[in-house]
Parts: sequence; C-alpha cells; structure tokens
Amino acid sequence: MIIDGSEKSLRKFLSELSPVDQVGAEARAAMLATRSIKTSSKAWAIDIAISMVDLTTLEGADTPGKIKTLCAKAVRPDPTDLTVPSVGAICVYNDMVRIARSELDSIGGNSVPVAAVATAFPSGRASLAVKKIDTQDALDAGASEIDMVIDRGAFLSGRLMEVFEEIRIIKELCADKAHLKVILETGELVTYDNVRKASYLAMLAGADFIKTSTGKVAPAATAPVVLVMLEAVRDYFALTGTKIGVKPAGGIRTTKDAIKQLVLVKETAGDQWLTPDLFRIGASALLNDLLMQRMKLRSGHYASANYVTVD
Amino acid sequence: MSRIDVNKTYKLFIGGAFPRSESGRVYEIKGADKKFIANPALASRKDLRDAVVAAKSAQPGWANATAFNRGQVLYRMAEMLEGRSEQFINEIISLEGVTKKAAQLQISEAIDCLVWYSGWCDKLSSISGSQNQVSGPFYNFTTPESLGVVAVFAEAKPSLLATVRALAPVLAGGNSAILIASENFPLPAISLGEVIATSDLPGGVVNILTGKASELIPWVGSHMEIDGIDLTGVSKKQEEELRLAGVDNLKRIFRFSNTDHPERILSFMEQKTIWHPIGI
Repeated sequence: MIIDGSEKSLRKFLSELSPVDQVGAEARAAMLATRSIKTSSKAWAIDIAISMVDLTTLEGADTPGKIKTLCAKAVRPDPTDLTVPSVGAICVYNDMVRIARSELDSIGGNSVPVAAVATAFPSGRASLAVKKIDTQDALDAGASEIDMVIDRGAFLSGRLMEVFEEIRIIKELCADKAHLKVILETGELVTYDNVRKASYLAMLAGADFIKTSTGKVAPAATAPVVLVMLEAVRDYFALTGTKIGVKPAGGIRTTKDAIKQLVLVKETAGDQWLTPDLFRIGASALLNDLLMQRMKLRSGHYASANYVTVD
Repeated sequence: MSRIDVNKTYKLFIGGAFPRSESGRVYEIKGADKKFIANPALASRKDLRDAVVAAKSAQPGWANATAFNRGQVLYRMAEMLEGRSEQFINEIISLEGVTKKAAQLQISEAIDCLVWYSGWCDKLSSISGSQNQVSGPFYNFTTPESLGVVAVFAEAKPSLLATVRALAPVLAGGNSAILIASENFPLPAISLGEVIATSDLPGGVVNILTGKASELIPWVGSHMEIDGIDLTGVSKKQEEELRLAGVDNLKRIFRFSNTDHPERILSFMEQKTIWHPIGI
C-alpha cells in the first residue's frame, strides 16, 4: 500500500511528488507532435483511433432521436464500409443511458459500452448524496462506464481528502458493474503540478481511467497535459503494477490531433497502452474526420464532408 | 550611397494569411527580358488541401451575405486595386514585356471588370430566376444559389485581367475560390491577394496558389470537396486529365471564352426551387 487511507499519508505522498518541468513537458509534447506518420502506420493509427473514440453528445438539446443516430454511427461508423471498427463507447447524459443501451442492443452493438457522465456533470457542484443518487441512477439504467467529475473547488482549496473520499465512494458504487473514469478538468486546475497531483489522487482513490476534461471548459486536452497524465499512469504502474487508462477529451477534432495523441501514448506510457481498454478519446466531430482520412487513404483522393453523416 | 534592394517575397494566400508553401519549395520567375524577377512559392498538394479546407469553411458565410453586400465587397476590391495600380504596372511590364500604356490599360480593364461583376450580384436572380406556374395554390420560385468551392485556372495573359475575369464571377455567385495562378505569370495574382486581404472579403473566400498546374491538376480533379472548375487557362491535354480525375464526383467543369458575361456567374450556381402556399 502506498497510502494507508488516512489524510496524513495522502498528503505526504502527494507533497512528495516531484514537480513538473513545465518547459520540458511543453517542449517534449511539441517535439512529439512533429513526428511524421507514413501511409501504412497511418492506416493502422486511424483504425485504432476509431476504436478508441468515446462518441459523445452532451448537449441540453439532446433528443432520443439524436442518441439513436449516434448509436447507429457508433456501431457502424461508415455504413458503406464494414471494415471500419465500432467506436470505443457512447458517452451521454444519465437520462439517455437507457435509450442508448437498448438501441445499441437492438442494432447489434452489444459490445459497445455506454458511458454516463455522473456526479453533477460538468461542474460537480452538488452534495455527495446527490452525486451518489446520480451515479446509482446511471448504473441502474445500464451504464457500464461512469465518467465522474472531481470537485475542483475542494481540490484547489486543499481539501484533498474530500476529493479522495468522493472518488472512493463512487468507485464503491460502481464496484464490478462499471469502469470509473475520473474527470480532472485540467483547464481549471491551472498548473501541471496540480494535474500530476490530481492524477495520482484519482488513481489512489480507485479510478480505472483518468480523463482530462468535461469538454465544457477551454483549454481542454492539450498535449502537455496529456503527457503529464500519461507519465503519471506509467509511473503508477511501475509503483503498483496496476494499469490505469487515460482519456483526453475536448478539442481533439482532426485525425492529425488524434494521431499526435497516439504518438504521445506510445512514447510515454508505451505500446501496452495503445488499446481501447487503456486509452480513449472523448470526441464528437473527430470521428467524421477520421472517416474522411480513411476514405482518402483507400481511394487516393481527398474526401468531402458531404459523404459522412451530419451529427 | 545606394540602398540595398528590399524585394518582396511572393507567398501563397490561404485562409486570409500569406504562408510559404508547406513543402518549402520555390521556383524561379524570369521576365520578358530573361532576367530574374522573383522566387514565388511552389505549392504542393498539401497546400491545395489546406486551401480547400479554408475555402470550404469560409464559403457558407460568403454565400449567406446578402447579394447587395457581396456586390459592395467586389466594388471595394476594385477600389483597392485602383489604389495599388502602380505596383501592378511594374509587375505587368517586367513579366509580359508590354508598354506602360498597355499595362495601364490592362489594369483599368481589370478594375472595370470587377465593378461590372459587382453590379451583377443583386441582379442575377432577376434574370435567371423565375416565378413558375404550378397547378395548386402555391407560389413557386426558382432562384440561383451558390455552388460551393470552385477551382480557377485563369489564362496566363493578360496576367492581371485574365485572373480578375475568372475570379470575379465565381465570387459574385457566392462561391469561394481556389485560384491556381499561371505558372509563368503569377505575380499579379499574388499581389491581387494583397488587394483581396484589404477588401473586406472574409478570409478563405479567395485562396491563391502558385506553382506548377501540372502537379496540382490530378489533386484538383479528384478532390471531392471541390464543386466546380474553371479550366480556361488549362491546355487541352491537361483538360482531359482534369475531367477524368473529376469523373467520380459530379464537378461542374467549364471552359470560357475570353469575355465577360453573366453566364460565367451562373455556371457556378445551382437553381433552387421553393414552394410557398399562397395567402400565408
């Protein structure tokens, strides 16, 4: 055990983490982003990226109809090409989970999990009782992944144990029924040191995945932030033997962005993390660009947005 | 003491900015007197790709501007061109080897051409649209609407006039344009980019590439996001290549005679029919 569950041991562990070299992290992320990926690797990268997409819609204007079209797209992203893999998961608000689950099951998407954003997403400003009910509700509706937000206010004001306990309690609710992804909302944590600290805090408290952002706050999944988080899961694995997943979300819109993320994964956490079980990309517009780039590779000519669905 | 020459770097014009070619390549332009003039950028297929992305995202905004407003912007381009005519005179003389008088005349004609097309913007639907009689209590209108992204290969000479003559009708119809400048006479086209950048035209509505047409033609022809091509400046052999590459994607491909005509605008527009109940 790294910590014994007491506030004192948590504080001690987090305060002994080495600080992030800001300039170094940014330079390394920028350097990795310049890598050129050639045709056959690119084809592989596009397919693995598609299978890592958490196809997301988190709008006030979401309707059951929109969720159903999203489900269809998740199972067969390109209906004209059955060699395109299904996406990693569907990510929706709580009340849409049941609709998504039954739609997926009825169109042959049994293997596509439904992720629900819970615990008063996106702000996390609710009492623990409400957050628990929120999570239980999503689980009852059939969610097999829970994307919870941490209380950034508590984290920033130093009430680390509060954040820790919240994650631990939600994890208890999830038990074996669902994977727990913990959203750090790095755009509000301000510094890389905080990102590192929050990453470890979430992992120690029982997260299966650490996720950058809600997608509602800018900046979201910037390359240096993802790098810091990948370093954290790598080091945590060395320390404990447990593999924790990473999910960047928000602002990843193009195939280029997605491939840059994959390069970061390979060069930081290593090949073992290049699987949908340990790396996901939260996105909505990205999938269309991935499909268009796939068409370009197959046909040899540049594709048009008129040939992919309007979401 | 003589000053050191401060020469202009001729760059591309993509999405309202003036980048160098992604490939880093340039090529040499010589004047009518065989003397070196400039090293413009040699655009690659990736520059074309970037230009199409810029053109595609800028097009809805330009098409949704009122026809009257589009006319105003084209007129503004004419005003800006008038103010910069000195610069164009020098470029035309050194490239084409014509007299100063001929160069001035060419610029005046180019300016008049812009003014002429600016006037057409809000009159097109009157000459080409119609109110159709239908057997029911409906108004039924047909009006021209913009096509989308149009690639323009202008004739090499007269360098400025041919460029403006090909570009203005595409813009008047609410399309965005990717102008592939003539390989040997590209300088006025690039300088036209500077005029456009100060003419209230939204960034990305016009994108200008310089380089070898032969290198870009297969990519222009096969690009699914390009909706139309004006191939007036393309040779017969290259035309065949373009048409073959474009066969899969329903491109409108036209070659025009060297005149101004509203039909040039309408070639890159689609007719849209609207039904509306009478009395509501």
